[in-house]
Amino acid sequence: MTQLPQSTERKMGLVIDLDTCVGCHACVISCKGWNTENYGAPLSDQDAYGSNPSGTFLNRVHSYEVQPEQGHAQLIHFPKSCLHCEDAPCVTVCPTGASYKRVEDGIVLVNESDCIGCGLCAWSCPYGARELDQAEGVMKKCTLCVDRIYNDNLPEVDRIPSCVRTCPAGARHFGDLGDPDSDVSKLVAERGGMDLMPEMGTKPVNKYLPPRPKDTVEEQIDILAPLLAPVAEEPKGFLGWLDKTLEKL
Amino acid sequence: MHPAPSVIIFTTLSGLGFGLLFFLGLGLPDVSGWVAFVFFAIAYALAVGGLMASTFHLGHPERAWKAFTQWKTSWLSREGWCAVLALIVMGLYGLGVIFLGQRWGLLGWLGSLFSLATVFTTSMIYTQLKTIPRWNMKLTPAMFLSFSLAGGALLAGQSAVALPLLLVAALVQILYWRQGDRAFGASGTDLGTATGLGQRGAVRAFEPPHTGTNYLLREFVHVVGRKHAEKLRVIAFGLAFVLPLVLLVLPFNHVFALLAVLSHLAGVATSRWLFFAQAEHVVGLYYGKR
Amino acid sequence: MNQPVIDTSPKVSDEVRKTTCYMCACRCGINVHMKDGKVAYIEGNRDHPVNKGVLCAKGSAGIMQVNAPSRLRKPLRRVGPRGSGEFREIEWDEALSTAVGWLNELHETAPQKLAFFTGRDQSQSFTSFWAQNFGTPNYAAHGGFCSVNMAAGGIYTMGGAFWEFGQPDWEHTKLFMLFGVAEDHDSNPIKMGLGKIKARGARVIGVNPIRSGYNAVADDWVGITPGTDGLFILSLIHVLMKAGKIDLDYLARYTNAPVLINATEGAEKGLFLRDADGKPLVIDRVTGEPTAFDKPGVRPDLSATYEKDGVTHRPVFHLMAEKYLTDEHAPEAVAERCGIPADRIRAIAAEIARVAFDEAIELDHEWTDFRGETHSKMVGRPVSFHAMRGISAHANGFQTCRALHVLQILLGTVEVPGGFRFKPPYPKPVEAHPTPHGDRRPGRPLNGPHLGFPRGPEDLLLDDCGTPQRIDKAFTWENPMSSHGLMHMVISNAAAGDPYKIDTLFMYMANMSWNSSMNTKGVMEMLTAKDDDGNYVIPNIIYSDAYSSEMVAYADLILPDTTYLERHDCISLLDRPICEADAAADAIRWPVIEPDRDVRGFQSVLIELANRMNLPGFTHEGGTPKWKDYADYIVNHERRPGIGPLAGFRGEDGDKEGRGEVNPEQLNRYIDNGGFYVAHIPEGADYYKPWNTAYQNWAVDMGLYDSPQPYLFQLYSEPMRKFQLAAEGYGDRQPPDHLRQRIKDNLDPLPIWYETDQQGNEGFTVNALTQRPMAMYHSWGTQNAWLRQLHGRNPLYVPTKLMREHGLQDGDWAKVSSPHGEITVPVMEMAALNDNTVWTWNAIGKRKGAWALQEDAPEATKGFLLNHLIHELLPAKGDGMRWANSDPVTGQAAWFDLKVKIEKAEAPTDTQSQPEFDPILSPVGTGPKDLAWKVGK
Repeated sequence: MTQLPQSTERKMGLVIDLDTCVGCHACVISCKGWNTENYGAPLSDQDAYGSNPSGTFLNRVHSYEVQPEQGHAQLIHFPKSCLHCEDAPCVTVCPTGASYKRVEDGIVLVNESDCIGCGLCAWSCPYGARELDQAEGVMKKCTLCVDRIYNDNLPEVDRIPSCVRTCPAGARHFGDLGDPDSDVSKLVAERGGMDLMPEMGTKPVNKYLPPRPKDTVEEQIDILAPLLAPVAEEPKGFLGWLDKTLEKL
Repeated sequence: MHPAPSVIIFTTLSGLGFGLLFFLGLGLPDVSGWVAFVFFAIAYALAVGGLMASTFHLGHPERAWKAFTQWKTSWLSREGWCAVLALIVMGLYGLGVIFLGQRWGLLGWLGSLFSLATVFTTSMIYTQLKTIPRWNMKLTPAMFLSFSLAGGALLAGQSAVALPLLLVAALVQILYWRQGDRAFGASGTDLGTATGLGQRGAVRAFEPPHTGTNYLLREFVHVVGRKHAEKLRVIAFGLAFVLPLVLLVLPFNHVFALLAVLSHLAGVATSRWLFFAQAEHVVGLYYGKR
Repeated sequence: MNQPVIDTSPKVSDEVRKTTCYMCACRCGINVHMKDGKVAYIEGNRDHPVNKGVLCAKGSAGIMQVNAPSRLRKPLRRVGPRGSGEFREIEWDEALSTAVGWLNELHETAPQKLAFFTGRDQSQSFTSFWAQNFGTPNYAAHGGFCSVNMAAGGIYTMGGAFWEFGQPDWEHTKLFMLFGVAEDHDSNPIKMGLGKIKARGARVIGVNPIRSGYNAVADDWVGITPGTDGLFILSLIHVLMKAGKIDLDYLARYTNAPVLINATEGAEKGLFLRDADGKPLVIDRVTGEPTAFDKPGVRPDLSATYEKDGVTHRPVFHLMAEKYLTDEHAPEAVAERCGIPADRIRAIAAEIARVAFDEAIELDHEWTDFRGETHSKMVGRPVSFHAMRGISAHANGFQTCRALHVLQILLGTVEVPGGFRFKPPYPKPVEAHPTPHGDRRPGRPLNGPHLGFPRGPEDLLLDDCGTPQRIDKAFTWENPMSSHGLMHMVISNAAAGDPYKIDTLFMYMANMSWNSSMNTKGVMEMLTAKDDDGNYVIPNIIYSDAYSSEMVAYADLILPDTTYLERHDCISLLDRPICEADAAADAIRWPVIEPDRDVRGFQSVLIELANRMNLPGFTHEGGTPKWKDYADYIVNHERRPGIGPLAGFRGEDGDKEGRGEVNPEQLNRYIDNGGFYVAHIPEGADYYKPWNTAYQNWAVDMGLYDSPQPYLFQLYSEPMRKFQLAAEGYGDRQPPDHLRQRIKDNLDPLPIWYETDQQGNEGFTVNALTQRPMAMYHSWGTQNAWLRQLHGRNPLYVPTKLMREHGLQDGDWAKVSSPHGEITVPVMEMAALNDNTVWTWNAIGKRKGAWALQEDAPEATKGFLLNHLIHELLPAKGDGMRWANSDPVTGQAAWFDLKVKIEKAEAPTDTQSQPEFDPILSPVGTGPKDLAWKVGK
């Protein structure tokens, strides 16, 4: 099973907008909640109320500072979960076939009953998308909420990953990146969606929309005319202008 | 990478064990009966002991048998097959040698081949990982194989072969360290490519996603132990190669031979510790750590 | 290829119960998925007006809160010394009779000896009703140390402010300018709004010393020097006025810019000229005569003056031109103090002008204004603003908030498409709000609501000798317009017996012995202080909380509250509702699970206490109780005939909204409706609300007002001028001499900026701030096993420049000192930060023994509070007097005026943040080691 499919019928994945993510961690906790209660073993927490709390999370939000050559430093919030790569190294390294990429939608999953917890898939993943659950001893990863997106027990509008459903800023988008006409593909095309570590050759399905250019107001606006051409230099002159202008109203 | 004792013990001991099996399969030394039994016992103790140790880091060792299913793609699965085949073939061969006084040459050659293949597949588990540039080098299998052969020769008491093999292994070790130290930088992966933000300016990791630790940091980021890396390299090199070579050159003596083996074992274990502890996973970039 | 067959349609839950979140102050709708009678999963409610389905990290972590090991389990009576945490568990009957034993006598003889203050209370209309009927003047919630400047600044200026008062027109705005916010106020709506703006590619400008969170996604970041926002805003006003980029038509019609100001020397100087009916006068451009501002057909003149008896009375707008066009407000004059280059200020002003005037929008909605004029279109200036604590928690915050509103109004962007919109029951002018009340009447209710909006010195709560009536000295000359009270002064005043001693301190959900106080250590000492006889200076302390917070250890009697999923609540239009700009809305909480502990909802406990004391208002004439619990009150209480806590499903058949008879089935109807009720504002009534006849009529029908209340925006604040007149010597009620100059200076009726009081701060030059992480609410997040992993410790973030100057590296320790104290804490570099500002996350640091954490939890060893550096009083002045560290107008706690000195330090020997405090004994033990929380099989 650890052979990758030649191609998948669809390429379901996420598009994450770095221009919009405010770093609130809503997706992190919604994911934790859904996936603790649903697919496979719960996401456990060790030393939950102690000195070194550490739990399994399938989605984490990093933050980075970027210092451009000119201008202010920028801060970018950076959510990261499994990118459901087309050439997923985590699948081919798996000795038991527990890790696999679904033919119908490209979702990379772990069949927990086959997982021996060797950790090799996590080693092979450049993105840190897999975490070995310390209570269950099996590898956990983003399922793209495979138990939501086709779930007949949910209203159709809710058949999306829990992180997307909960994201307050709308910085997360879900869809078929294999279909050039899908909303997510169009978004990627419009906004220059990018791959993480393209040099790894993993061909991630998930894309990231880069932040828009920042701190440009001074460059874009002429601070004198016509917008801010003074109508008067003195309060008295201002009242004269006022009279004239009011006449026209 | 976290230098887990289980993987260090595994690669060190089984490398040595399969190295010895390689020589035993070739009939070196040409022994039989109880003497052969002792050699085979040592080889099996090391190889099987190592393999057993490797299961300690599994979340579900009771499912380990499932690892035989994916030989088409998985080096770990292939390693399992090779190890089992090597142990079975060499077992049959050993039965002949020990109990029947028979040397089934072809079987021995086959067993030697599987033994080496086992070491090679083990090395490929690490070599295949693009995520760890220090491992993702041709020198990695060269190192595993040369260590295994040199150690095997040493254990097999084949001084004449051991001497050049140790020299080769020592050379490979030096090359591995040299190239390894440059590997991450040469890989082209940095925080800029990891985040896609590199074009905008210098990228620096700010707040981590969680203030505590997690599986990834425990597994992949091992900054603390690296402080003594240079010292440990000297120790590893001295123990694995220099001292055994000196002992080999000296007039043969069983105590010296034993010391040479033990020294080599300790040196290889130290080198293996460094192999893991110094290996930097690209995931560390996301956390501003390597 | 054969891949495993998986169940892609597993059962999600047995049942979904819809209620209201309480993981912060945002009050989103939530779907609680139940399995086997237990909470399995929580998500946002798509139908809910606040969050429309989304939910933040806190909300999604609710399951870890309702199961937190820190939950109190039973009433507690203190057995060890105060502060030790030694308690014995008692039965509810003993708890209630103990409380009644302390309170009943006070009610009958000296009600002011009860100080009843609530913290994160979402039932203030009820708790204030209880306090009013008890008769104590000493009630408030936490607004005084939170954001009263924002609320009062907005209401005095335009009849509402940001957050629960209003919101940007997210659908239409093209430029959004965001000043410092407390993230937990309107948490999800702001994120949703930013998302909408971002999806359109419109511009966001963030004004904040720290470029995190919302400011990180802002297209342009203005890393302003803390406390100078007012200076920056007035400079924008200067530039825009000078360029004529202001909406004259709007100013003439809807604001008091044309209102004539009395220029006659004397007691009336600076007040409005009024007609015989008391209506402010404007010059009608048609007749040229002074005319009541609201006379049908009047066209107010912004420019004309009025000569009478040799005195020229000028309109407000003249005074504004005079004030704001001077060079002291020019960008070049303020750039250095604000830390913003002059060109940048001009560029921002130009961008505001461009969007407001060149990109104006029109909606084809016909509407009629209060003067009877019908407009065929609604013109919109699509620039919008939002601000919260960042600008208000300074000692100049009230004036700064006023300045921001004046900026919006000058642009004509309030209550127009694309601008800022009120949410019902706002707009609501000062005149529609009560004045404060504080008379002592033993055995009888207070003479009116505690809190209100003073119109002038006559509304101050001073007795005949000038002594404050309230323990917190709200509504006195020190802070005359303190509309939310001053919770942060209660404990220190009570400990000092100034203005008088109290007997019982009764608090709810307020962590005053830790992160909710300035001078934390001092507050602990005050709470445990004893008199010469060995008795506690504050004799009795009752505290109610659901969790084992730091404050629990300092109380004598603990009334354990329920968690938010185990209780009834109402998010009422009488209180701080959840309305949207397009709709009035309210909501309930209801017990979606039953408590598994011996705890009771606090509001029901208050009703039980009231019933046992036969408090007026709670009992019928014969002494029988009106309500048995809070749910009963929610349904059956009527504030005015037909108007109760909930506006929806009123009347016998449940088909009336706003006004209607009590409906016994009301709560069930709310539950069936998803836990909330929405009444939409009809099209055509949805903008220009303060002046829109259709809106005003709708609001009357809804019961928001009893009669239409059209009004003018108060660019010029007459109540402030009245306090100034008193300080100038006019009137019966006179301020003490030492406060005269301060009142003259600071209560300017037009927005000003002044340097906050830096007396005694010499040598302390670095600004120090706190922010709330989006994933944590005050101290609550720490007890939550999921959230505490996100923020388990807090470094001090130091700008790159200061890191270099002090030779600091990430992980080093620094000693941070203020005139009041010092802390030693770990530091971390941040580049996207004002060069002279350090900051940290608020309320991550915890006391050992609290919140059911182990004593070596990082929150208690590495985490720290900045509170230790802040005092409720400023350092002594030359005359030895120590003035309050608060806004001289409202008394708002000036948290963000803190100035510090920073030095590199050795790591403390135990590598723990300093100061350290002794552990308190946990009344609930500590939580389990590991968690693997799965409810379903």
